[in-house]
Amino acid sequence: MIGLAQVYLVAGLCFAAFALLSARDAGNPRRWINAAFWGLLALSMLAGDRLGDFGNGLLVLALVGLAALGLGKGSGGSSAEERGEGAARHGNRLFLLALVIPLAALAGTLGFKHLPALVDPKQVTLVSLSLGVLLALAIGMVWLRPRALAPLEDGRRLMDAVGWAAILPQMLASLGAVFALAGVGEVVGGLMSGVIPEGSLLAAVIAYGLGMALFTMVMGNAFAAFPVMTAAIGLPLLIHQYHGDPAIVAAIGMLAGFCGTLMTPMAANFNVVPAALLDLKDRNAVVKAQVGTALPLLAINIALIWFLAFR
Amino acid sequence: MSQTMNLWALSGIAVMIAGFALRFNPLLVVAAAAGATGLAAGLDPVAIISAFGKAFNDTRYVSVVWIVLPVIALLERHGLQERARVLIEGMKGATFARLLTGYLLLRQLTAALGLTSIAGHAQTVRPLVAPMAEAAADPHDEATREEVRALAAATDNVGLFFGEDVFIAIGSILLMKGFMAQQGIELAPFELSVWAIPTALFAFAIHAFRLWRFERRRLRR
Repeated sequence: MIGLAQVYLVAGLCFAAFALLSARDAGNPRRWINAAFWGLLALSMLAGDRLGDFGNGLLVLALVGLAALGLGKGSGGSSAEERGEGAARHGNRLFLLALVIPLAALAGTLGFKHLPALVDPKQVTLVSLSLGVLLALAIGMVWLRPRALAPLEDGRRLMDAVGWAAILPQMLASLGAVFALAGVGEVVGGLMSGVIPEGSLLAAVIAYGLGMALFTMVMGNAFAAFPVMTAAIGLPLLIHQYHGDPAIVAAIGMLAGFCGTLMTPMAANFNVVPAALLDLKDRNAVVKAQVGTALPLLAINIALIWFLAFR
Repeated sequence: MSQTMNLWALSGIAVMIAGFALRFNPLLVVAAAAGATGLAAGLDPVAIISAFGKAFNDTRYVSVVWIVLPVIALLERHGLQERARVLIEGMKGATFARLLTGYLLLRQLTAALGLTSIAGHAQTVRPLVAPMAEAAADPHDEATREEVRALAAATDNVGLFFGEDVFIAIGSILLMKGFMAQQGIELAPFELSVWAIPTALFAFAIHAFRLWRFERRRLRR
């Protein structure tokens, strides 16, 4: 059965190639740091299950140490003339190739559900994404006929542009696990429920919506905030004391949390990684572009709970 | 006694806020926050490193998305971004606001059907949406160009977040159902997802309005 093991094999080989190509990137003065960083990530993908928990922890510490030393910017890439000429020669067919990955993800997500013996039903999305990448690479190699290593060389340069931010989302997800172990959520929930004035439904609704957004901003993830804020305020006050509709309180409360996700660098894969991918100078440019949508939408979510849940 | 112990568990959050504010390397800040929280909770260093290592290994799927980079790189070498610009410049009615509003609608609708990973920052924003938005906007200085690109990424996020919860089998809906069931309240996924629709409509209206206003104020001279 195709599942996560095969996906991690593809990812591990890809990072291993980035590591080897970094090592021979003579234009990058810090190439050995880059090579070690991507190499350790390859090791994690290929052999993480055999390293043991403490071994994986040491691997993370090594990644953090390398990032603190500072990764270098990779060199290489194509010239503007080269790209302009390619655009003129290949025309709009380039878009068809660009759509292979999304279309493969779409077809796989819908189709593999009916083939549980072939593909692990829980991992259809990641498996489809990986197959889409391999398919697009194969078509691209045959059609565009680049030098054999060109996609990996250029991919390595893009990877270097993202740099340490590439593993920030995974690091934050892991931090969430340590926070859960230490009971951080219960403490925050306890503090929040202590500040609501007794007998005021409006104050409770506002505290629930704001609390979801604020705690999401701290944790970078509304999934971490939801159980905490719902246990502290949503259930005891909004649902049990004031008889609010639980489906509305839960559904719109979660969306209030999503407004928080738009406003925090802690949600790195949505807010920090794209800034690196798009070569933006300001690491927080995407967050700044989103605040104007997130704040009015948060106010509307709080109002929706107030008007809809207590009829 | 237990109350004071409890409050120390928040030291990790303080480390995060201070570390980000002082602009230390974020990976270093996250590791330090994990260490501070773990020590406050009475774990020894080996246990903290092991807990973090286990969590890191269990969440590797988060970093798999980078395998798309060789394909994006191959397409860019052969002129994908340039072609995206040519295509948009050739369309008379393709203004910045119309283009991104169209993408917002598409992203919300596909996410509402559960198709969350057919688009994204690596898959569609960098190779297609950002260069198209830039071509349509034709920004007159570098600061405006940065804002246009940041808005392209922001539009993807808004579309994804306020579309996906309309789908009944998405992670957050299942989390809500599971959590409420533990508390003795049985909810059907459909009951939850239908209440994501009002917010989805407001999200579209607010973000589309902001795109239109940005175009009027910043792009037309």
